[in-house]
Amino acid sequence: MLHLILFSVFGLVCVAGAVNLLLQRHPINSALSLVVVMGSLAVEFLLLGAEFVAAIQVIVYAGAVMVLFVFVIMLLNAGVEEQTSGSRVAWLLGIPAVLAGMVIVCWALLERSDAGRAAIGALPGHPADIAQLLFHQFLLPFEVTSILVLIAIMGAVVLAARPESVERTKKEG
Amino acid sequence: MVPLSYYLVLSGILFACGVTGFLIKRNIITIFMSIELMLNGVNLSFVAFAARWQQLSGQVFVFFVMVVAAAEAAVGLAIIIAVFRTRETLNVDQVNLLKL
Repeated sequence: MLHLILFSVFGLVCVAGAVNLLLQRHPINSALSLVVVMGSLAVEFLLLGAEFVAAIQVIVYAGAVMVLFVFVIMLLNAGVEEQTSGSRVAWLLGIPAVLAGMVIVCWALLERSDAGRAAIGALPGHPADIAQLLFHQFLLPFEVTSILVLIAIMGAVVLAARPESVERTKKEG
Repeated sequence: MVPLSYYLVLSGILFACGVTGFLIKRNIITIFMSIELMLNGVNLSFVAFAARWQQLSGQVFVFFVMVVAAAEAAVGLAIIIAVFRTRETLNVDQVNLLKL
């Protein structure tokens, strides 16, 4: 019962944040409602017993990634978005299609699936066990992601650098 | 005890919200945030299935998804800064040429 109440409360907060993200016109309001979504999702992870995932959800997503978003919004001084004809077509065609797809998926999940039930903390998610798995069975993917992150850092530096400063480094180098 | 399909439905709703935002939003930063919302919805279904089958690999997959999402956010926001520097706009309808 407690599980159901906690799930419903934080699930509703999550969906409300997601809908608010869509309704807000200013990017900074959307970013802040995305933080709400990520925070309540971390609680949902905690309810399933995934403490490690809940912790990195708060640290990486709600912390690092959202700080990056808010920083860029403020750096570019983004204002209220303007409506154009393209968005009207998306409203007319996209929203019914997405709604229909969502209703079919939800109906199939609720009526036809036999996914079982979960108690509070159903996952055996001790961080030591995850580390065991990550550094033995998934060692190669882990190393590949480290290269991916390295490339992403270099790409971000090159892309965000001012063109004239790149020219200057080329001349000096 | 909560049926696991509730978690999957919540993840589906979040994903649908992300797709909707991707379609109706015209600000490039908000579109990017909708992609993050979709990734979050998928993460929830990963963890729900991990709880269903009592497998830890689901959580390791969530870890990898988060790493890729962080890398994507870094590169994507750098691209947004570069686009804004040349076009002076964040509206995707006005960014319709590959040429800088």
